[in-house]
Amino acid sequence: MFFDYPLLSLVIWLPILGGIAVLLNGENSFTRPLSLIVSVITLYLSIGLYTGFNMQTHEMQFVEHLPWIASYGIYYSLGIDGFSMPLIILTAFSTVIVVIAGWEVIQDRASQYMAAFLIMAGLMMAVFAALDAILFYVFFEAMLIPLFLVIGIWGGPNRVYATIKFFLYTFFGSVFLLIALLYLRYVSGSFAILDFHVVALTLQEQIWLFLAFLIAFAVKVPMWPVHTWLPDAHVEAPTGGSVILAAITLKIGGYGLIRFALPITPDAAMTLDWLVIALSLTAIVYIGFVALVQSDLKKLIAYSSIAHMGFVTLGLFVVFGIFANSATGSGAVLAVEGAMVQMVSHGFIAAAMFLCVGVLYDRMHTREIAAYGGVINTMPVFAGFSVFFAMANAGLPGTSGFVGEFMVILASFQANFWYAFLAATTLILGAGYSLWMVKRVIFGDVSNDNVAELQDVNQREFWMLAVLAIIVLVIGLWPAPLIDVLHASVEHLLTQVLQSKL
Amino acid sequence: MMFEVVNMSFALPEMFLLGMACTILLVVAFFKKSGANLAYILSQFTMIVSALLVYRAMGGTEGLAFSDSYIKDALSNVLKIAIYLINIAVLMYSTSYLKARDLFQGEYYVLAVFATLGMSVMVSAHHFLTLYLGLELMSLCLYAMVAMHRDSKVATEAAMKYFILGALASGMLLYGMSIIYGVTGNLAISAIATAIQAGDLNNTVLSFGLVFLVIGVAFKLGAVPFHMWLPDVYEGAPTAMTLFIATTPKLAAFAMMIRLLVEGLGDLQPYWQDMLIMLAALSVILGNIVAIAQTNIKRMLAYSTISHVGFILLGIISGTEAGYAGSLFYALTYALMTLAAFGMIILMSRRGFEAEEIDDYKGLSKRSPWFALMMMIVMFSMAGIPPLVGFYAKLAVIQSIVDVGLIWVAVLVVLMSVIGAFYYLRVIKVMYFDTTDEAYEIDAPTDMRVMVSANAVAVLALGILPGSLMTLCVSVFS
Repeated sequence: MFFDYPLLSLVIWLPILGGIAVLLNGENSFTRPLSLIVSVITLYLSIGLYTGFNMQTHEMQFVEHLPWIASYGIYYSLGIDGFSMPLIILTAFSTVIVVIAGWEVIQDRASQYMAAFLIMAGLMMAVFAALDAILFYVFFEAMLIPLFLVIGIWGGPNRVYATIKFFLYTFFGSVFLLIALLYLRYVSGSFAILDFHVVALTLQEQIWLFLAFLIAFAVKVPMWPVHTWLPDAHVEAPTGGSVILAAITLKIGGYGLIRFALPITPDAAMTLDWLVIALSLTAIVYIGFVALVQSDLKKLIAYSSIAHMGFVTLGLFVVFGIFANSATGSGAVLAVEGAMVQMVSHGFIAAAMFLCVGVLYDRMHTREIAAYGGVINTMPVFAGFSVFFAMANAGLPGTSGFVGEFMVILASFQANFWYAFLAATTLILGAGYSLWMVKRVIFGDVSNDNVAELQDVNQREFWMLAVLAIIVLVIGLWPAPLIDVLHASVEHLLTQVLQSKL
Repeated sequence: MMFEVVNMSFALPEMFLLGMACTILLVVAFFKKSGANLAYILSQFTMIVSALLVYRAMGGTEGLAFSDSYIKDALSNVLKIAIYLINIAVLMYSTSYLKARDLFQGEYYVLAVFATLGMSVMVSAHHFLTLYLGLELMSLCLYAMVAMHRDSKVATEAAMKYFILGALASGMLLYGMSIIYGVTGNLAISAIATAIQAGDLNNTVLSFGLVFLVIGVAFKLGAVPFHMWLPDVYEGAPTAMTLFIATTPKLAAFAMMIRLLVEGLGDLQPYWQDMLIMLAALSVILGNIVAIAQTNIKRMLAYSTISHVGFILLGIISGTEAGYAGSLFYALTYALMTLAAFGMIILMSRRGFEAEEIDDYKGLSKRSPWFALMMMIVMFSMAGIPPLVGFYAKLAVIQSIVDVGLIWVAVLVVLMSVIGAFYYLRVIKVMYFDTTDEAYEIDAPTDMRVMVSANAVAVLALGILPGSLMTLCVSVFS
């Protein structure tokens, strides 16, 4: 039944129009229920993308193709494959969580807050579904506007600095993407991303294009050394903003590398894979150490996000080394699938961690680790959730955090022992910063009066965290449904990557 | 004799404008009390009817008239309609401003209609003399307009600066024209193009004349290093006059540039391309960087105009039809965005209070969420962030220079637009993130509120569906 109407467009435009409706409705008792209804319907519709998805093919599905700016050959062209579909559902899901998380907390301009997140959800899902380069770019940039406002209006004391830094950093990255896309249109005569995949390019052209893609998406991922906006943005953003930043916007960077950098410039990616791998390993090891010394809860999680995203980029670019060592390349499939699983899993775990911090922050209005201690005595249920999510963040087997990291480390062995060795240090570092944080915040004796007066999670918070915990467990124990969705697309990506364009 | 009738119809909108301008002049002279009101209504009527006249004659006979000194083509139609329509909004905004400040006099409308006539002539001119005639008619009206607020020292100073530098620019332009005339022996643009195409002319002298033409055009547009007058005039002139100067005269100057450089001296493209690259690059760099330091929003918009002019030049630089179309699209959207931005300033101001400082917009999102949203749309559009129309304008011109291989220019201008984003963001920051104790209400008439809203919504709507306007621009040059 889902094929009868443009489901993708519906999933994208419903939250945008819903957001506008919430905005026009203004401040009243309908604001929150209306937002929730819109986000839940969007999630429900996006599930339809999964049930109607054909896992046997790498071809784009749910395709929509309409002329948009005819004189410039720009089309409203949408479609999804195994890479984009899970991320769209992740976006729809995170939006529901964000709406619930902001239910009581946001009192100032609540309708604008909800509208910003709903509109942003639509824009981000459109980024994942866009098959026209300009359409992609439009949504890629448009997404910055609501996030800019969310951090700037509802953020912490240093929010203006953080949000302008965030905006300019990402804008700086993406203008190079724009030039790259315009150049590709000049070479290929079309703005269709799938046409870009097959256009012939010399090595020099590819290297320039690759660097442009890398700057644009590395800022989003973010990779070391262009990561500095993320801790600032996370610290100042309201909880919902942090959740969306960690769960979705970072994924757009990884998705961009998969959709643009690897298939369009495979030879340059092969030539420069050492660069990306070096940056990824730096992120994993160095940023892991940086996370260890943070005294601010959100900063710690932000740095751990950067370290975890290092696995994504490592997994994507280690494939060249794997193929150099073995002809079959079964490890390469593992690496890319690991990267994707890591993206999805990080989306849930980081969101959950930020929600946990949000729960504490709403009660104590501080994010300093030193201000806490012995929270378990007053908030036992909450403590259970936080310990669980911290474990998942550290990559405990049985949680989704383990699956992606393990797949990538396993695959890296086939490329180079030392890659795997360095990547595996995360198991120690991740456990180090996550558990040490748990020790200082959750365990021990009640450290001060404020902690002694804490109330445990209420119904709303409980269910929000419980749903996330269940998902983290399910993906950890039974990742097959996710991997099945990816498989055909991953194999196709690898054939594209291996086929030289020279 | 049939032929003559067709000829006259080419200039019908201009004749109507002239007739109405004289009528308004008489009305103002005879009706002392209600003259201003009558003049306002009559000038709005003039704009609407002129736009209809152009619109009705569209698709009919096109070509040259009056001994090749006048042209009616797709470009002139589009630009004229744009000028008349934008002027309707300009007049509405300015009236609201003038009424609140005891400046509500009929003379303003006389000058406005005469200036519009000048622009119209510029757009259709295909002869050096016609072009100069239109240019001077427009400029003189603008000088007088800036000076209309006689009690204001800054306005008088701005008017003097504008007049002296404008006269200098006209001199440069005339000198260039005389050199070109000396080489080609013609003043009609089409004849000059033919003469240059035929070859065997002295290219050194031609390019010498070209330099002066480019300088004259750059002065009128406000491209660096001929931009000095622009910030002072924008800041010093009463906002209603700044609004007038900032919008439609740029469209007329754009037409002048197309007529002179592309249609007249198109074969000298390799010569003027390099000059324009320098002008464009400098404009985009200086405009964006200096705007950061401004605290006065009118001055900031002046520097932003300079950078927009740089972008408009980019499309011309490419020397392709797609590039010219991109520039036209840019010029039209620039006029629309600037109109909205100055409209917002006027909307925010009231008697005794000019919302000229960026800080005056503090906390606007709490006081008036709707107009804060409108201003945000305009600012993001000027910064070139999709899905607003300013993005597609940048896209079109940057695509055209990438297509001719000038990638370094493309990289330079996009980097500068990142810098530029900062000062637009600052306005949004002030409106949305800052708070203030001053809680005054926006005090503007309903027509003003509706028009500013419609204007900003148009910026958004054209951003979501830019296809038809882009197609129109492309069709003008193909």
